[in-house]
Amino acid sequence: MFDWKWDFAFEILPRLLGATLNTLMAAGAGYAIALVLGLVLALAQRTPVRLLTAVVREGVEFIRSTPLVLQIFFVFYVGPQFGLRLSPWTAGMIAIGLHYAAYLSEVYRGGIEAVPKGQWEACTALSLSTRDTYTRIIIPQALPPALAGMGNYLVGIFKDTPMLSVIGVAELMHTANAIGSEHYRFLEPITMVGVIFLMISLPAAALVRLFETWVRRKLGMIR
Amino acid sequence: MSYLEFLRDYGPRLIDGTLMTAAQFVCASALAILIALVAGLMKLAPNALIRIPAVVYIEIFRGTSLLVQLYWIFFVLPLFGITLEKFTAGFVAVGMNLGAYGAELVRGGIQSVPRGQWEAAYALSMSPAKRMWRIILPQALVNMLPPWGNLLIELLKGTALVSLISVADLMFEAKQINGSTFLSAQAFGTALILYYLFARALVTPFMRWLERVMARRIGRA
Repeated sequence: MFDWKWDFAFEILPRLLGATLNTLMAAGAGYAIALVLGLVLALAQRTPVRLLTAVVREGVEFIRSTPLVLQIFFVFYVGPQFGLRLSPWTAGMIAIGLHYAAYLSEVYRGGIEAVPKGQWEACTALSLSTRDTYTRIIIPQALPPALAGMGNYLVGIFKDTPMLSVIGVAELMHTANAIGSEHYRFLEPITMVGVIFLMISLPAAALVRLFETWVRRKLGMIR
Repeated sequence: MSYLEFLRDYGPRLIDGTLMTAAQFVCASALAILIALVAGLMKLAPNALIRIPAVVYIEIFRGTSLLVQLYWIFFVLPLFGITLEKFTAGFVAVGMNLGAYGAELVRGGIQSVPRGQWEAAYALSMSPAKRMWRIILPQALVNMLPPWGNLLIELLKGTALVSLISVADLMFEAKQINGSTFLSAQAFGTALILYYLFARALVTPFMRWLERVMARRIGRA
């Protein structure tokens, strides 16, 4: 094809695959933060404290409607202004974790709200503690409908990791750019990054669907 | 330097950036809607020769990152003899990416129209084109407007990436101001607020208004 050089492609492949590991690590770490923080944000919106609920609600909206790349810059550059120096990795993980926590909190919230009201009432009638109500009754039922959304955001966070390259996290896009400027050749590195993304995200999306069906079957929601 | 002084000195540049972001948003939205409609309809075609290109397009653009697509269009496409100016490359990448997501919304919206509507149009011996345009699409549009509201917010956020190919949008101006003044909290914070206002005070109310108007026009409200 046109000017495609296979030997160059093979020469840079190991470096790109190494960077793929970094990308996967960034996505994994960011997702772990988002899973936990998202639950905190979702539960904070269910407390009886009106002010807290309103502030968290507005904060989630704010994070969801502003660009992730700008949030990454914000976290990375604002720290040093107040004497707090963050490494690109730390800043990147905070930004991407917080961004997706806001999305996941909405997924959790939707799941919790989908649990029928009678279940809550039954818990009250049985005088279960708040903790038991959540861990034994509500969350097990809220999880299956939330799984589809959670899986989609796992793939989503993976596809958003290239934005970390703007503050110098050595993930795929950053490495491809570096190779491109070293060799003055962008065709192979950027195309290969695209192919690597496709080869991971398409099977990942399919696996998410399978997992979702499997959980629903396990919980007896479908036969 | 107080924040008011900061706004006095750099406010106009941030406003210019916002206008550029608005221009990118409008162009990318128009392209995304067009692509979504075409690809969404193609994906529903009974003929595999029409369906497969749409499926491939959607999977490629949804399976890779917007940033990768943007760099590819800006840096690699010229090697194939297609050189796009940076403004064009920016909204083309954003529009093509979000158009692929929109295609799925169009497909879902059309499939959500009850079967009886198709059958009724058939019984009235409407041509397929007329049936789609007069009966199915208007109802599908009403069904899919709420998710389109979210998609347009995603699109707005996507336009921030065009700053990386030096389109002078809001993100780009914030970065430039940060580079020359080191007032990061002010520069990036103000830009964040402007994006938020753009989304919540312009895009969302507009979509709500559109939802009401469309629902009324097909007699649902």
